Amino acid sequence: MNRYTLEKIAFAFLKASAMLVILPTFFIVFFIVIRGARGLTLEFLLSFPSKGMQSGGIFPAIVGTLYLIAGTILFSVPLGVLAAIYLAEYAKPGPLIRLIRLSIVNLAGVPSIVYGLFGFGIFVLMLKFGASILSGSLTLAILVLPLLIVATEEALLAVPQTFREASLALGATKWQTTRFVVLPNAFSGIITGIILAMGRAAGETAPILFTVAAFYLPSLPRSIYDQAMALPYHLYIISTQVPNAPPRMQWGTALTLLIIVLGLNLAAAIIRYRFRRHIHW
Amino acid sequence: MAKRRRKLIEKIIERLLQLSGIATVIFVILIFGLLLGNGLPIFRYTSVGRFLFGREWFPLSGRFEIFPLIIGSLLVTAGAVVIAVPLGIAVAVYIAEIASPRVKELLKPAVETLAAIPSVVIGFIGLLVVAPAVKTLLHLPTGLTAFTGSLMLAFMSLPTIISISEDAITAVPMDYRAASLALGATRWQTISRVVVPSAKSGITAAVMLGIGRVIGETMAVLMVTGNAAVIPHSIFQPVRTMTATVAAEMGETVQYSPHYFALFAIGLVLFVIAFLINLIADLALHRKEIVR
Repeated sequence: MNRYTLEKIAFAFLKASAMLVILPTFFIVFFIVIRGARGLTLEFLLSFPSKGMQSGGIFPAIVGTLYLIAGTILFSVPLGVLAAIYLAEYAKPGPLIRLIRLSIVNLAGVPSIVYGLFGFGIFVLMLKFGASILSGSLTLAILVLPLLIVATEEALLAVPQTFREASLALGATKWQTTRFVVLPNAFSGIITGIILAMGRAAGETAPILFTVAAFYLPSLPRSIYDQAMALPYHLYIISTQVPNAPPRMQWGTALTLLIIVLGLNLAAAIIRYRFRRHIHW
Repeated sequence: MAKRRRKLIEKIIERLLQLSGIATVIFVILIFGLLLGNGLPIFRYTSVGRFLFGREWFPLSGRFEIFPLIIGSLLVTAGAVVIAVPLGIAVAVYIAEIASPRVKELLKPAVETLAAIPSVVIGFIGLLVVAPAVKTLLHLPTGLTAFTGSLMLAFMSLPTIISISEDAITAVPMDYRAASLALGATRWQTISRVVVPSAKSGITAAVMLGIGRVIGETMAVLMVTGNAAVIPHSIFQPVRTMTATVAAEMGETVQYSPHYFALFAIGLVLFVIAFLINLIADLALHRKEIVR
């Protein structure tokens, strides 16, 4: 075979591969939007499930998901940002850094259900927080930690070295430089990472199975020691555990979850894009 | 005086930052320790050999032997790898080497979108759309099979494989391509014999991390693989994976019962597998870190 013909065939094959990935992705989103849109009424979003999930809405699951996102961010951001500052600004190469980096890579690779087991064992049973928003948020916080650290570190490293040199030359200390020069310039990058972490926390199911998620609750959680309903768990429940759940409710729940998760990812992308456009260095 | 105080504050802050970094190490140790503490007691009731290689997972009658679950996980993973690895590398090559900047700007967000779709949503689509299709098209008694799981998992691991492979391919120096093309090679010859082999270690890491994603995936397999804890004869039969077993049974077990210990021991096995996979990926990247 002529090598140019071969090239044509190979390129056509590669292009087809790309289509094979893009089209199903597009179809999934499209399918859920089309089928879910019918069920997505204000009443569906703002009412409690009723008749054993056969009718009603998903309000408590939405509220629970928002609580979990907030709790996750509250616990993970301080730790993640400080760790990233250490890695980007302070750490000197050596065995300790190697160990920290290996740990981050490993935290990122731990299966989500193992996080569920860990959270159950340590927060629910050992520390006796019970299945609660507190336990679930702490579990999710450790899960999103690697994502936060990596995103923040990248944002910090993107700040030009000359900024630091100028600040230090003016007599500022290392921390003053970090606090008043590096961090403000890395701000939008850090926010992007935080929003991505929120999206991740919103969509995870396995880690919340035994740490917080409730099948059904008659009222909204009142404290961080209460169980909560959550959208991903609710979607799992009404598609596997509830016989004859109306498809309209199933697709509506899937669409709501998708809107929150993809919406957060889109927000992160927009911030990143605008930031790149307005970059001055 | 003020200078000394400032120096002290600087020291304290540096220590605080360092402690935050060390926290990640502590978490890994805590997770491992907790799995050990809650998983190892199962060996008071069964031997390591029987736990790993026995064929009977009947928790209610006290048989905790996870071989069928290991086979289930391996089968689903193998199926997903066969689909996702060639496809993922092909797409990475397409994005990095062939696609025009405009097409690239469409493809990359699409891959990122796929990465962001929650696994329970993929499982939902698998359950409502893919499984019935598999059942009808292949004339199977049920669509909830290892194969269906492989399809969904292949799809879920693609973003990892694509984005890390693409980084590796893009990182191959331009000179390599120029030299190859100058010798009269076609673009395809350059890609297949120069660029891709040069990116081999990065692509290996991408594949390893993709496999890690597949083995650890829980919700999608729980929803579409049929959950039968028996050793399957083919990929078109229901299976039960290690992850799905933990997810399905942990809620119903009595705390600190043999069943509880057995589920933590499964978690321990998963943790060790994930650790090894990450270690290999890390070594393949020559001690460069990629986390997604």
